[in-house]
Amino acid sequence: MYKEICVKYAPNKDNLIYILHEIQDAHPQHYISAEAVHEISEYLKLPENHIYGVLTFYSMYSTTPRGKNIIRLCESPPCYIKGSANILRKLKSILDVSVGDTTKDGKFTLELCACLGVCGNAPVMMINDDVYGDLSEEKVEDIIDKIRGRN
Amino acid sequence: MKTLADLKKIREKAQEDMKLRGGNVRIKISVGMGTSGIAMGAREVMKTFLEEIAARNLSDVLVTQTGEKGLSSMEPVVDLIEEGKPKVTYGNMNPDKVKKVVVEHIVNGRIVSDYVVATGD
Amino acid sequence: MSLKHIDLLICCGSGCISAGALKIKERFHEVLREHKATNEVNIIETGCMGPCDYGPVMVIYPEGIFYQHVTPEDVEEIVSEHFIKGRPVTRLMLQNEEKTFSIQKDVPFYQKQIKVALENCGYINPESLDEYIATGGYEALGKVLTEMSPQDVINEMKASGLRGRGGGGFPTYIKWQMVHDNKGAEKYIICNADEGDPGAFMDRSILEGDPHRILEGMMIGAYAMGANMGFFYIRAEYPLAIKRIKMAIAQAKEMGLMGENIFDSGFCFDAEVRTGAGAFVCGEETALIHSIEGERGNPTPKPPYPAVQGLWGMPTVVNNVETFGNIPTIFRKGAKWFASMGTEKSPGTKVFALTGDVRNTGLVEVPMGTTLRELIFDVGGGMIGDHKFKAVQLGGPSGGCLTVEHLDTGVDYESLKERGSMMGSGGVIVMNEEKCMVNVAKFFMDFCVEESCGKCSPCRIGLKQMLAILERITSGFGREGDIEELQRLGESISKLSLCGLGQTAPNPVLSTIRYFRDEYEAHIRDRSCATKVCKDLMHYQIDKDRCIGCSLCARNCPVKCITGSREEKYIIHQVDCIKCGNCYDVCPVKAIEKEPGMHPDTVAHRSELGKAVNRYEDL
Repeated sequence: MYKEICVKYAPNKDNLIYILHEIQDAHPQHYISAEAVHEISEYLKLPENHIYGVLTFYSMYSTTPRGKNIIRLCESPPCYIKGSANILRKLKSILDVSVGDTTKDGKFTLELCACLGVCGNAPVMMINDDVYGDLSEEKVEDIIDKIRGRN
Repeated sequence: MKTLADLKKIREKAQEDMKLRGGNVRIKISVGMGTSGIAMGAREVMKTFLEEIAARNLSDVLVTQTGEKGLSSMEPVVDLIEEGKPKVTYGNMNPDKVKKVVVEHIVNGRIVSDYVVATGD
Repeated sequence: MSLKHIDLLICCGSGCISAGALKIKERFHEVLREHKATNEVNIIETGCMGPCDYGPVMVIYPEGIFYQHVTPEDVEEIVSEHFIKGRPVTRLMLQNEEKTFSIQKDVPFYQKQIKVALENCGYINPESLDEYIATGGYEALGKVLTEMSPQDVINEMKASGLRGRGGGGFPTYIKWQMVHDNKGAEKYIICNADEGDPGAFMDRSILEGDPHRILEGMMIGAYAMGANMGFFYIRAEYPLAIKRIKMAIAQAKEMGLMGENIFDSGFCFDAEVRTGAGAFVCGEETALIHSIEGERGNPTPKPPYPAVQGLWGMPTVVNNVETFGNIPTIFRKGAKWFASMGTEKSPGTKVFALTGDVRNTGLVEVPMGTTLRELIFDVGGGMIGDHKFKAVQLGGPSGGCLTVEHLDTGVDYESLKERGSMMGSGGVIVMNEEKCMVNVAKFFMDFCVEESCGKCSPCRIGLKQMLAILERITSGFGREGDIEELQRLGESISKLSLCGLGQTAPNPVLSTIRYFRDEYEAHIRDRSCATKVCKDLMHYQIDKDRCIGCSLCARNCPVKCITGSREEKYIIHQVDCIKCGNCYDVCPVKAIEKEPGMHPDTVAHRSELGKAVNRYEDL
């Protein structure tokens, strides 16, 4: 599977970031395995340590398995001022996880992230590619319930 | 596309498609769409205006709608508002009268006095 | 034959989407089908209209009626009343005590604004090249390519006085001139859309709302400096912006506005989109270039500047999104027109993102030199609720806090710098009297520590030291001399760091010390946080007279530190209290109060245990 993704891109170093993105998105556990790094290294003819260097530099990549849905709560000051700390407390309690962990059923991983650029509707979180704004504790419960129902 | 003239052609066509958002409007037609207006056929009147204007490709005429005007006995009521001229109000409109107003007033610039119920503000 | 007589513009900027704009759009399609009126209304998705706090918002032409806080349940009424009967729905219009604002341009939020970069945002369909052309799009490019030499273009830019909108305020023409004069075989132009400043979202909104404008601006720049290849570096957190700019590139190519021999001038240009993967420092131009090359996004020392040795070692210009957004209008309306707005040294307009405790959060564009008071109180509508204005943080984590006494300061590059703040990318975070400035400074510092790339030691180690001191102060272990130590560290980090991140990271701390020194002193000397935000420097207390002895607080206390009985009422044992606030939330008679300052029992307990509880002792 990793090979198939690699060959979509020309074997140039500047495609590394895109290959990593696509491999991570394609993996059901949204992470980049050691095996994937090995494959990329062979394809791009880059040492594995360069790939790990890049991989660990950017916060969106993970080297450990994650849940089906990735929750990224904005921890930047505009959201903090509008009460993101309460939202985090709520998320932790309904999911029963701490930051960086995955729920037991493997459905959610809770992460914090830098500004999502939707500060006019703070506090904000992103679940996969969808942005949810003007969060309140009730709203968060609703959103999580809906996603749980869908999956 | 290779020249500024080509670009201008595309622009003029695109501006025509966006005219509802402002731009080059010579005459504004405002159809009274209150309950009594609608009961008396105002939607048909507006539809006929839109059809006639589209058929004649009158790109500088805009059709809008407003609420009740308080002239219940003369519904459907239509205002024609032209830059720099007093407003003309037509009453008791129907699709046939609309066609006549489009030809006479909008195209040829002659007010159809038989249908006029008021002028000015 | 079109019978459409209504243009319905639904704001589909990220703010409104997060508030449910797409559901509303779906609902309009449904309801119009039910009423058999689909052929009467154009439904158009636009980019950000600005007032995010009113979202979801929409404007209905030809009248220009403005609706706010629309829900899917309102759609039926809008269609049957407004679209079919011509009676706009008053309850969805913006209202204040005195009047109702039915038309978009009358809404106070829009009144003092002059839109240049945001001209089309919220007015056109961003996915339609035709609509961009209808507003005069690509006319500037046509004029530049057919009538002007590259040097003419640079001269016009010089006359306009446009300065980089990404934060530095470096005159745009100088960068262009440098690359123009450099006789490299390959040259590159890059659009920096790695917007990461907390509280800034103008770049995202312009890319989402008017992508062709940015592309046109980039192409004018490319022609001036002799580049044939451009890159949009967009952060991966902005999937919609990435999609829209890719679409714009494809449309421009199809129309022949991009590619070979554009406007028959011999000029060729191509552009690609590159994305980041979550790293704030990639907004720094050298880091950004390394990221495009497939490396870690570490900055490198300047010189050599990218204009000399940039992407793949070639001369490169990196300009910000908003900078490009101003360029087509400058060439359409003339440099003189542009320079007539704003101040002498900072001409033109600037887009600001209003956030925090201000009523109208959102995106606004005003002439440079507009005062903070006009920005926050006129355009922004003042503070939410009955709260008082306390401070405003400009320029994100690189900027500084200003206070009430600066409200009449005009916003431009120099005035802000003089007062210890900076323009940055234009984030304006407004704070009310409930915010603790030491805590806010700590929060910004925490952000910078996390985002530091670790390459140079002043930033990597120094910021961490500053954060530790701030944590010590906010947890009640502050010492005499901490303020001076913060200042000393901050000043050296500013001087010694490799890139803009480290050079500006101490600003929030230094500026809050400058204007709120008494708050720092109260935290250190009195062990008290007047705003009751810092948990260690406040305490909860039960008012015996009001307590009804219901025991709800005691039952909800996770550490069982509340005891008592119906007769004797309840008390909190301060030493064990973890300040979770459960008791405060559950008390049915509001007998529990937050008090500033560390409780004397806790002070005594801490001094008794000494080192055992003070994890900052050895710092």
